Amino acid sequence: MNEVDLNETSVRDFNGQLHALDDQSNALAWRALNPAGRHCLAVGLDAPCEVTIAGHAGYYCAGMNSQATVVVEGNAGVGCAENMMSGHVHVKGDVSQSAGATAHGGLLVVDGNASARCGISMKGIDIVVKGSIGPMSAFMAQAGRLVVLGDAGDALGDSIYEAQIFVRGDVKGLGADCVEKVMRDEHALALRELLKAANVDDSISPEEFRRFGSARSLYNFHVDNAGAY
Amino acid sequence: MCGIVGLFLKNSKYESQLGALMADMLSEMSDRGPDSAGFAIYGGTGEGLKMTLRGENLMDVAQELSLHLGETVTCKLHGSHGVLSLPEGTADDVRAWLAENHPDIVVTGAGKRIELYKEVGLPADVATAFGLAEMSGTHGIGHTRMATESRVTTDGAHPFSTGPDQCLVHNGSLSNHASLRRVLKHQGVNIETENDSEVAAGYLTWKMHDGASLAEALKSGLEDLDGFFTFVVGTEDGFAVLRDPISCKPAVMAETDDYVAFASEYRALAGLPGVEDAHVFEPEPSRVYAWSHVN
Repeated sequence: MNEVDLNETSVRDFNGQLHALDDQSNALAWRALNPAGRHCLAVGLDAPCEVTIAGHAGYYCAGMNSQATVVVEGNAGVGCAENMMSGHVHVKGDVSQSAGATAHGGLLVVDGNASARCGISMKGIDIVVKGSIGPMSAFMAQAGRLVVLGDAGDALGDSIYEAQIFVRGDVKGLGADCVEKVMRDEHALALRELLKAANVDDSISPEEFRRFGSARSLYNFHVDNAGAY
Repeated sequence: MCGIVGLFLKNSKYESQLGALMADMLSEMSDRGPDSAGFAIYGGTGEGLKMTLRGENLMDVAQELSLHLGETVTCKLHGSHGVLSLPEGTADDVRAWLAENHPDIVVTGAGKRIELYKEVGLPADVATAFGLAEMSGTHGIGHTRMATESRVTTDGAHPFSTGPDQCLVHNGSLSNHASLRRVLKHQGVNIETENDSEVAAGYLTWKMHDGASLAEALKSGLEDLDGFFTFVVGTEDGFAVLRDPISCKPAVMAETDDYVAFASEYRALAGLPGVEDAHVFEPEPSRVYAWSHVN
């Protein structure tokens, strides 16, 4: 385990050490102490390392992540795991706005709540929020899945493309072109796998969720292009 | 971009450290607002009238005021500002006298408990110039400015005070401040600068003058103020927080048994005592959060 004290090492140096890693590296387990809400922690990683942030993180934590596992033992600020390509980000507290924004892949798990615009313009990421999410979440979401164990705020899935949304609690309101859809067996099956990957308690079953997606009236969906999502 | 901070103490435990804690919070928000900074501190017993002035030769001005009022007026200097201790009920008289005899002197704030300081410069330098770290009190709010809607001047720095013991700091920008300024002028609310945030402060003062509570005034602001805002508003006995309906500007809060703290970013809260065990949360858009010592 490599320990880095962020009161002594700059964020730039810390990220530089992580950027130097590859899958042949011996030391793939890292722990950052005293994050104190600093921005841009563990950004742009591209190695199968495991990085733990021992406290609250600031903006853009684990942004652009590929391959790495990043665990935040507190809250994370705006843009957590934004534009993630692959890997796993686990926030044990709450996340602020725009969590998982524009992300193409990987899994973001939030044990607490996410505030506004969670999964905005998501392009393939899976996001599992164990609490509730704020308004305008999954705005223009193109692909991927957003799963919420709690409630969803207003204007959920506004102008959504082909992303899928699953909500277990109440939905305050749906955005333009977002509609509730039938939860078929294949959706429940896939959701069960995703809940398992996110370490969600076994007692919570996919049948408790409602599924939302695009009415496909705002954009030119053509079934021939379905494979692109 | 701007940075805003607020600290409301629930008990007397940290009262002597209020200024020191706020100085650290303000300087941590330098990246969000390096142009200018300001803060309001609420302290003292609430007896008499406190008036914060900015200008030259303030000790002499206090002497002249003593003669004018026929009562002793004392002045405590803090950098370019001074706080006058005046008899209760003399605010209008003193403002008129100042306007006539010392038109170059600016009243930054007045009330039973408010002291209000602001200046151009880096937040840490501004805090040092006023001796913020040595100040004590029950609550305070502060601002670091990166100017967008009007020039970088001391008058354009926050907080803005448009009523007794009231002040406001703002992160964001208002798009209908020109028309609202005309409405307020018509209603007799004086807006002294070209700054959009002062219009928001004046708007709340107007609503409260008409009998609204602070929470009600903020609620109606959701209808009447067009633009982006996170506001923190200070009053004699508390403070309130409001974000616009799409929560355009950041906000984070931390609450313990001893205090409620607000900041634009968590790193400004990271140095607060016991914050590691605090309830840390993001205030929701369009929801008024208010804390008061009077319940």
